[in-house]
Amino acid sequence: MNFVAENLGDILGALGTTLVMFVIAGVGSIVLGVLVTVARVSPIPLLRWVAFAYVQFFINVPLLALLVLAVFALPDAGLIAPLEPTAIIVLTLYEAAYVAEAVRSGVNTVAVGQLEASRALGFTQGQSLRLVVVPQAVRAVVQPIGNVMIALVMNTALAAAVGVVELTSEVNKINLVEAQPILIFAGAGIVYMIIALAIGLAAGWVERRVAIVR
Amino acid sequence: MSSRDSSNFSYLYDVPGPRGRRRILIGSVISAVVIAVIIGLGIWQFADHGQLDADRWSPFLSWPIWQYLLVGFGGTLEAAALTVVLSAPLGALLAVGRLSKLRVVRWIATGYIEIARTVPVLLLIYLMLFGLPHYGVNLPVLWKLVIPLTVANAAVFAEIIRAGVLSLPRGQEEAALGLGMLRRQAMVYVVLPQALRSVTPSLVSQLVSVLKDTALGYIVAFTELLYRGQVLSAFNHLLIQTFLVVTLIYLVFNGSLSAVASRLRSRTMRRGIRPPSIDDTSVTSSAITTTSTAPSTEDSHA
Repeated sequence: MNFVAENLGDILGALGTTLVMFVIAGVGSIVLGVLVTVARVSPIPLLRWVAFAYVQFFINVPLLALLVLAVFALPDAGLIAPLEPTAIIVLTLYEAAYVAEAVRSGVNTVAVGQLEASRALGFTQGQSLRLVVVPQAVRAVVQPIGNVMIALVMNTALAAAVGVVELTSEVNKINLVEAQPILIFAGAGIVYMIIALAIGLAAGWVERRVAIVR
Repeated sequence: MSSRDSSNFSYLYDVPGPRGRRRILIGSVISAVVIAVIIGLGIWQFADHGQLDADRWSPFLSWPIWQYLLVGFGGTLEAAALTVVLSAPLGALLAVGRLSKLRVVRWIATGYIEIARTVPVLLLIYLMLFGLPHYGVNLPVLWKLVIPLTVANAAVFAEIIRAGVLSLPRGQEEAALGLGMLRRQAMVYVVLPQALRSVTPSLVSQLVSVLKDTALGYIVAFTELLYRGQVLSAFNHLLIQTFLVVTLIYLVFNGSLSAVASRLRSRTMRRGIRPPSIDDTSVTSSAITTTSTAPSTEDSHA
């Protein structure tokens, strides 16, 4: 096991890269995803259509194709940024579409009668969205967003394919030197599982916090 | 709940009056201007670097180029078909296993599903590429791609099918048992056929996800669409054009499949069968397992 000690600094650095990508892209995609959903349910047809097109685009194109496009091709059009930020931006845009889908299905769980009731009570549009729809939708949305975040952690590994040195590419590099594939890849797998478990537990905790007992 | 179209949120609003209509019009104009500016800047940036020149796009009007890419797309379809054929039955087996009365079977199935859902596919692919050859196991490239995808997607299919089984009224199984069927028979003849039918839209969505996953063939150097795009761009140096065309092929094909999925979804809704929502299953899953990572029926993607 002494190769772990030897490479500890590199491994922790790579794990840090994975976590930084996850945190920035996670927060970014939740914010962007909510904005896309707002556009998707807005009364303005054009915005609804643009949001729909956005979600469809990112749900139907492979993340790897987008990463390759952004990292290798876009510099030809003068759009060039350092490797890691580029990967984070692509991950954010990609996961935002899935967040938007999760939030949309959350809005869908609010019964129509709730809105009709709030309108009958004389709530304005803003009030009924703010006081009736959002509080109820949030509860239905926590777990699905947790799942999107777990998928995001898995997807940060794809950044390895375009050259970002994160956990997967680092352990692969170590394996090429040490030739202990089962041990090394299982170790990395366990690290990913721990991260996913932590996200799952956090989502469960948030869900209990926002739950209402009926 | 009755007449709700999930793609249209008009039920969120009253029918707008004159003032509302004016506001919508102003909003439309403003957003149209903003979107036009964004698109305009993009086009200007591309044109400024000569990426819109006709001679950079004209190669893609020739048949040999398309033939080259379509052969790659054939590889994409081949890998996706193999993955689905292998992982869907495995997933059904795992779903039944996770619902089994036998504790050992339940633990094994649950353990497999939870592990396979939280390990990146790329890690499994690296294991196939750089790990197993060390032990003398060196598979053909197709299988280096298909096996990791099957391992990962079997767990996803299992969770989709399990969500379908759980969404079925308990009475179905009880009635089958009451008629003297064995539990196995009730599962095979009564529960699974109905469960599969109610999750068909999610299964089609997952098919899109598998098709996207095959882009990992780019890493194992299996002849699929993205890999062919990469080889082509190395040859013709038209990176932007090649990868945009590749993206477009994915978008058109997967987009059509997604459209089929949402058609199916709205049809099952209209028929009055409530498709299993993510919400239903998350409650049960967090009761069964401590991890409370709810099975996702729609948002699983690698």
